[in-house]
Amino acid sequence: MNFPILSSLILLPTIGALFIFFVRSSNSQYQSSKYVALFITLANFFLSLYLWIVFDKSIVDFQFVEEREWISGFVNYKVGVDGISILFILLTTFITPICVITVNATIKNRLKDFLIAILILETFMIGVFCSLDLVVFYLFFEAGLIPMFLIIGIWGGERRVYSAFKFFLYTLLGSVLMLVAIISIYWITGTTDVIKLYELGIDSKYQNLLWLAFFSSFAVKTPMWPVHTWLPDAHVEAPTAGSVLLAAILLKMAGYGFIRFSLGLFPDASLYFVPLVYTLSLIAIIYTSLVALMQEDMKKLIAYSSVAHMGFVTLGIFTMTQQGIEGSIFQMISHGLVSAALFLCVGVVYDRLHTRLINRYGGLVSIMPKYAIVFMVFTLGALGLPGTSGFIGEFLVLMGAFKKNILVATIASLGVILGAAYMLWLYKRIIFGKLINEDVKKMVDLKRFEIVTLWLLVLPIIFFGFYPEPLINSIEVSVANMIDMNDLDKINKLALGE
Amino acid sequence: MENLQLIIPELFISLMIMFLLIFGVFKKNSSQIVYNLTTLSLIAALALIINLDAQIQSSLFNNSYNIDSLARFMKILLILSGIFVMLSSSKYIQISKISKIEYPILILCSILGMMVMISSNDLIVFYMGLELQSLALYVLASFNRDNLLSTESGLKYFVLSALSSGLLLYGCSLIYGFSETTNFNQIMVNTKDVEYGLTFGIVFILVGLAFKISAVPFHMWAPDVYQGSPTSVTVFFALLPKIAALTVFIRFLYIPFYELGDQWQMIIIFLSIASMVFGAVAAIGQKNLKRLIAYSSISHMGYALAGLSTGTTQGVQSSITYITIYLVMNLAFFSCLFMLKRNDEYYESIEDLSGLSKNHPLLSLSLLVVLFSLAGIPPLAGFFAKFYIFVAVINEKMYFLAIVGLLATVIAAFYYLRIIKIIYFDPEKEKFESKHNLGLKFTLVASTFFILAYFIYPSGIVDIISQININ
Repeated sequence: MNFPILSSLILLPTIGALFIFFVRSSNSQYQSSKYVALFITLANFFLSLYLWIVFDKSIVDFQFVEEREWISGFVNYKVGVDGISILFILLTTFITPICVITVNATIKNRLKDFLIAILILETFMIGVFCSLDLVVFYLFFEAGLIPMFLIIGIWGGERRVYSAFKFFLYTLLGSVLMLVAIISIYWITGTTDVIKLYELGIDSKYQNLLWLAFFSSFAVKTPMWPVHTWLPDAHVEAPTAGSVLLAAILLKMAGYGFIRFSLGLFPDASLYFVPLVYTLSLIAIIYTSLVALMQEDMKKLIAYSSVAHMGFVTLGIFTMTQQGIEGSIFQMISHGLVSAALFLCVGVVYDRLHTRLINRYGGLVSIMPKYAIVFMVFTLGALGLPGTSGFIGEFLVLMGAFKKNILVATIASLGVILGAAYMLWLYKRIIFGKLINEDVKKMVDLKRFEIVTLWLLVLPIIFFGFYPEPLINSIEVSVANMIDMNDLDKINKLALGE
Repeated sequence: MENLQLIIPELFISLMIMFLLIFGVFKKNSSQIVYNLTTLSLIAALALIINLDAQIQSSLFNNSYNIDSLARFMKILLILSGIFVMLSSSKYIQISKISKIEYPILILCSILGMMVMISSNDLIVFYMGLELQSLALYVLASFNRDNLLSTESGLKYFVLSALSSGLLLYGCSLIYGFSETTNFNQIMVNTKDVEYGLTFGIVFILVGLAFKISAVPFHMWAPDVYQGSPTSVTVFFALLPKIAALTVFIRFLYIPFYELGDQWQMIIIFLSIASMVFGAVAAIGQKNLKRLIAYSSISHMGYALAGLSTGTTQGVQSSITYITIYLVMNLAFFSCLFMLKRNDEYYESIEDLSGLSKNHPLLSLSLLVVLFSLAGIPPLAGFFAKFYIFVAVINEKMYFLAIVGLLATVIAAFYYLRIIKIIYFDPEKEKFESKHNLGLKFTLVASTFFILAYFIYPSGIVDIISQININ
């Protein structure tokens, strides 16, 4: 395989962005720019689909590895995928074209700049998921801040400046410690190459501090309680496409980082800090679910529900069992689809009524029946009804948790109930109820491009709900290898005194 | 005669200074011609330096003047920055009515002084070069003599700089007293055991040098001088003296007093931490862009010093890399400042940038790139500059310095973001002129491209710098 398929995936959106930047659009609507962006993102999607097809799911090693000298004698540009990262790449390339389609309705000014920002962001997101060198990973991880900062700040709502600053500074503050840790790893082991580090291992006397440094970055990005406060602000103020990308992909970078780096590089420290992660995850699940119940603003409610769902993800990862980790990955993919869809749904009604307050709506079922159907699917997906992808993820995570700690699993299960409560209540207040607001009566049902984007998301949510096999298949070998390689099982048993 | 061949660039510049002085006096209205000739002679001097044998390693004039790879690289850097400063500010000095024949000649004098500093291997030679560049800079700072701020800044710089020169000279005399020589290599031989007088001497000289690169707590002059001087002089201040002073720092710490590392290391670490943190915090409240960049450069000097404080070759190389990238970023930033012109008036307040992105998308994009790079966000060049520094610092297990430095970048990110916010998120104001001269455009495009594309091939500069021989 000589064709550098991963580098093409990374570079293609940037090339598209440069193209849009340099080519003048003839009319003020930037029609051609939109088509270029759509074409590029779709091409990227099909390329990653091809990657998934030719990817050999039975092999443990990283595949499609490319290595080039970069900073001579120090860091090599190294990319590659295993069964875990390939799913996130697919998710990224699947969500981005949907975002590009939505700009039609949501972005009123400076459309060209917005498309460039989204394309550049896609480059960085794909880069994060396939980089196999810590420095390269850090580079992509941090670089994503620039386009997201601009997306929130330029095209956001009223308090966009505050939210953009909060987003940027929180994440940056979390990440700088990771940089110290990465450089320290280089001096301890002599390499930043992830594959080599997996083989070498890191002396356990250094692991705890390094783990904490990585944790500070990932915890902010996940976000975990108590550093989650930037998320509701960022979500509420970002334009629809921005919220979608933030919820669907940017948050997953941290979950991916936990699996790839925290578990992979520092298994002893991960075990040592399990109680910490359990506690924070449980607080996130219960507390933010309760907070979500109280929200007046739809986007804020979904943002808090994201924090709760990511709580399941961190919980699952640190059960360090096959089921728990698989469940977490599944939950991340599923949450990527569902939360993206929910934000799109909010965007749909926001474009019509220009408010996100829940009590301004009500009785939409008789005005917008098509909307009510898709929204129903996503609501059920979010609360994890069997038959949707959300169920598989939560179920596997809870299964992993029961294996380890029944108390933790029980408390986490309460979160599922709370999740059902706030999602169903949200649905009831918006879709059912009395039609009181006169403006609501004038709202029109879904337009064609909205139907396309939303149904595109309905399909995988239901498909993977009934048939999770393709996803599980893809991650099974990699996760099993991760557990074997680091003797997570053995460590676990020792800890349990078996 | 062989000695003279090695200092042809310096000789050439001195001859050009004399020639241009006479030419300017005898030919009426020749300020523009003198300006262009100055630029040309800088280009010629650059060619002469590059023409010298890169591998050469020799000491001239009784071992008091060094021509080596460090001097060669730093001189190339110095003269390149000089050329770009001249190119970008030509229009500015015409419009601000400071286009007199003395202006480019003073710049040449100052550059000559810096070249002497860079090559000096002797306390006396070093002091001579330092004074030559400082005297020219005093005059340059107050060049806009009808402007109150400019004269104030010139006077302030003069008084404080004279004080620091005095301290420095006192330090030199102490060192001479305790080591019986002024030659750097000889000092190393003669000072095997630590004596208090010697330590005092080192401290005094470090104070003087810290003043020149405006490290905290000797930074007080910088914001006023940066703001008061004409912008064309500010950009000069921000770039060239730093190169010369950093080179002297390297030579001074790593040749005569390398063995006394434990004496000066704490001082440099303190200067570094204080500069990084103070520069970042103090810049938050600024309203004037020139003043803000003064604080930002204080903070940047802190990072360069962090590299020096490691006491390793790697640390020095990271500092040189840092200063190289810093030069490019500041050059790009000032080129953007030179473009904020409307009806023959230059604007330099942060508020004037409001909504710039709507009227001037390309200019705002370059500012965006430059500011994110100054903040050290990957994948821009500024990130790599900091990265090399922290690699060197962490290698020496100086975790405290690394963590403080990185936290300072987060604070600093705030005020850079604030400018970006004003450019991109705020409502637009009146348009600026969009016609600029070629030199300015070229400077901006070249420097922005460097910042943006640095990540593609980061080894290039590092490879060149790693060839530099320190000891």
